[in-house]
Amino acid sequence: MPMPSRSCPLRRNRFVRLASVVLIALTLAVALPVMAQAVSDPTPLQYRDAAEEARFHALVAELRCVQCQNQSLADSNAQIAHDLRREVLVLMQQGNSDAQIKQFLVDRYGEFVLYRPPMEARNALLWFGPPVALLIGAGVLIWVVRRRSRGIEPMDKSEERW
Amino acid sequence: MSDPRPASRPLPPVAIVIGVLFFFGLLGLMIYGVMKSGAPDRDVLPSALIGKPAPAFELPVLHDPHIKVSSTELRGAPYVLNVWGSWCAACRDEHPILTRFAETKRVRVIGYNWKDEPADALRWLEQLGNPFVLVLSDIEGRTAIDWGVTAAPETFLVDASGVVRWKYSGALSQRVIDTQLIPELEKVERAHADAQPQLPASP
Amino acid sequence: MLPELGQILLVTALLMAVLQTVLPLWGAHRGRATWMAVARPAAYAQLALLLGAFGVLTAAFVTQDFSVRYVAENSNSLLPLAYRYSAVWGAHEGSLLLWALVLALWCGAVALWSKRLPAEVCARVLGVLGIISIGFLAFLIFTSNPFARLIPAPLEGRDLNPLLQDPGLIIHPPMLYIGYVGFSVPFAFAIAALLEGRVDARWLRWTRPWTNVAWGFLTIGIALGSWWAYYELGWGGWWFWDPVENASFMPWLAGAALIHSQAVTEKRGSFASWTLLLAIAAFALSLLGTFLVRSGVLTSVHSFAADPSRGTFILIFLALVIGGALLLYALRAGALTSDDPRRGFLPTSRETLLLANNLLLAAACGMVLLGTLYPLLADALGLGKVSVGPPYFGTLFVVLMAPLVALLPFGPLVNWQRDQASRRLAMLAPWAGLAVLLGVVAYFMAPQGALKTAAGVTGAAWVALGTARFVWTRLRGNGKFTAEMVGMLLAHGGVAVFLAGALLVEALNVQREVALAPGQSLVVGTYEVRFEGVDHQQGPNYVADRGHLRVFQHDRQLALLHPEKRLYASGGQVMTEAGIHARLNGDVYVALGESLGNNAWAVRVHIKPFVRWIWLGALLMALGGFVTAADRRFRRP
Repeated sequence: MPMPSRSCPLRRNRFVRLASVVLIALTLAVALPVMAQAVSDPTPLQYRDAAEEARFHALVAELRCVQCQNQSLADSNAQIAHDLRREVLVLMQQGNSDAQIKQFLVDRYGEFVLYRPPMEARNALLWFGPPVALLIGAGVLIWVVRRRSRGIEPMDKSEERW
Repeated sequence: MSDPRPASRPLPPVAIVIGVLFFFGLLGLMIYGVMKSGAPDRDVLPSALIGKPAPAFELPVLHDPHIKVSSTELRGAPYVLNVWGSWCAACRDEHPILTRFAETKRVRVIGYNWKDEPADALRWLEQLGNPFVLVLSDIEGRTAIDWGVTAAPETFLVDASGVVRWKYSGALSQRVIDTQLIPELEKVERAHADAQPQLPASP
Repeated sequence: MLPELGQILLVTALLMAVLQTVLPLWGAHRGRATWMAVARPAAYAQLALLLGAFGVLTAAFVTQDFSVRYVAENSNSLLPLAYRYSAVWGAHEGSLLLWALVLALWCGAVALWSKRLPAEVCARVLGVLGIISIGFLAFLIFTSNPFARLIPAPLEGRDLNPLLQDPGLIIHPPMLYIGYVGFSVPFAFAIAALLEGRVDARWLRWTRPWTNVAWGFLTIGIALGSWWAYYELGWGGWWFWDPVENASFMPWLAGAALIHSQAVTEKRGSFASWTLLLAIAAFALSLLGTFLVRSGVLTSVHSFAADPSRGTFILIFLALVIGGALLLYALRAGALTSDDPRRGFLPTSRETLLLANNLLLAAACGMVLLGTLYPLLADALGLGKVSVGPPYFGTLFVVLMAPLVALLPFGPLVNWQRDQASRRLAMLAPWAGLAVLLGVVAYFMAPQGALKTAAGVTGAAWVALGTARFVWTRLRGNGKFTAEMVGMLLAHGGVAVFLAGALLVEALNVQREVALAPGQSLVVGTYEVRFEGVDHQQGPNYVADRGHLRVFQHDRQLALLHPEKRLYASGGQVMTEAGIHARLNGDVYVALGESLGNNAWAVRVHIKPFVRWIWLGALLMALGGFVTAADRRFRRP
């Protein structure tokens, strides 16, 4: 690959920049008509007070975007996520509780939409597995410590470093 | 390192059993995962509405917004509901296949124009052709949430009594129509025929 | 012609890896010095060949050779030069080549700095590393060839994913891989120990530096990923418990348990079987993570494009390597443990505390594994589509880590084998009291999220003060601090800083999104953000709407920020670039929403107090790992 000449860098840079502008313009000219957007209201959501806003953010972080690859409803830019956020706020302002709003969404999209797995029998392994494993581990630990503390010989103090 | 070593203690058998179970259990789960990952519809959300009544709605007709069609009016015969928008590239891809299916006139194919400017939608239908017996217009997308729509295109099959029987996310292909929609439609038609009162045999 | 050279270099590297494996391992088994001596030169040769192959791929990117399929899929004629270098590891094939290169670098490092190792041990370690090299090179050559050609060559490439066109991509994957792959070294040492049938203080003096350095790099890699997601994704989140993030976090947790377990085994000779098992587990989790990310088994924004054939290959390799290691462990580990009465210890002792430390870290690691795999498990068992997200992971992680934080300051202070609980409790009780007091003060001072704020302040203060108490004890004693101690201080200090940052930012962060016309301001807390309009900018491969926002606090201007909304030419993807004013006590983070017409825009402002402490704490932890590795004790013969 020949090295770019050092004698006239300025002219080359200007040419490169012009070429890239033309290239981008052409690409966008082709791309733009295809990239139509769905009808969507871009105005930010209006909250009645700070408490409602905080409640909204907390609730929306617990819901899953139904179209994305593992994103919360709070973090997603997908079209349906915009719509669902608006819907959640409307439901909130109509006086529904968090549980009712979650049920509303589950009725329509299934349990997939909940990021906090419901505390049901089929999720028992998920919620109780780690604590139970910890308890069993603690039991093993106690057993190991008991066994190791029988008949110990004091360690050689000279070999002790921190 | 030259001192005599005290008697060694073998690993507890319980630990080995647990380890073996855990290892092979995890391996089995991973094999399952790999086998499933090849399926193109792996990430598709199954509809929460299957077997439940279609959401009640009243939506304007695209071609004449003064006319409103309600869900109850559509009962009596099964119908296929296709969610689309002029902004949706994949809807363009499935359009010829959907048109071919609609032309068999086996079942009513109703269009559901989602989050679209009516002018854009009408122009789109003009350009590509209108396979729908009726097109409903949902500009805000409120009713689509009741249907559990996540993206376009999506297609539903609703039976004569208004119960959702089948949903497909993504562009329809002839294969999907043949292997999924038609068998489901046959089931629906059979159930509908069985539900009709038997005519007495003429003497 | 050059890409074909790259393929030849890869195949030759595979041959070198085979030589690095077969001859030394067999030689160590039979005691044949000449065969064992093949290990080092083979490792160097493999490194040189892979550097060459990597150079060839880099050259293909820099010269924009679209006849190479991987280049055509991940580059574009408009891609700036810096990103052409980093695009090499932007997708599956290239990042796998990076994996293999990093492994070769570790092999080379072990070959270089192993003069004190007996020939048998060195041969076994390099041999085991060679087995892993064989697996990854075979994977590359047979299923993921980065040098595959695309005939006819397209005139234009598809482009590097705009999310990856960022300085973060240049540094995050290499650091992450150095750590991730680095756990193969303690793994190799563990296998070597099992094969030889010996674990002694010398073996640990060899293994500990490698383990600490690898863990340090992994810490940096994870911290960089978190920081990058924070400023790149536009929503101000710093950890999402995404499967790919979890895939790197699990080895980190196991590695943290490993470095502590190694300390016990070195100084007291006990827990040898635990240490070996943790070494196998840490690398097993690295391999599992590599599998999960590339096989398409889990749904994630981060994962590479799915391909079941690749998944099958890695899974078989993973099963063989880990299954083999565990089988060896089951057969041989028993011979390495013993009930030596000199290794016994009482309930109040540092051994017990470190055993508890291992238990809690292992439980946390298991919880993350369970949560990550549960959707797949539920699907396999027909339990429907379950989502497991931050509400689950966050809750259980805090529950499991709280006891760890409570016990942390006791570890360095309590003696080996036996100590008086009452004495140590009395030593630390005043500091616990002070920490609680600070928490109470924070509770009443917090404008919101009072409980989390109090928890963050109490936890961080407790760890910091408890660690400081150790410094005081030491200063009153012989005043000598080994590098290992300094490393411990840095790492535990880093835990305190991280804890403060993580809990305080979750408790105190504020987010507002409003419509603003030019000249209008948004008041958030003590900050005022004035919107001054949006203009158009042209980048090398995108056009952008560039916003101008002036940030004031107490009527003093802090910064002029320029969030952008970029439209990339190649795929029409829209990227949100945040404008961030970063300070030690918090960030002001602004992003543009949508244009609302009439020059008005939706503007999103986040105030993120103490968010930088998260990454600062992680950096301190990594530094602690590196400083510990430099301790003179490891250089004793």
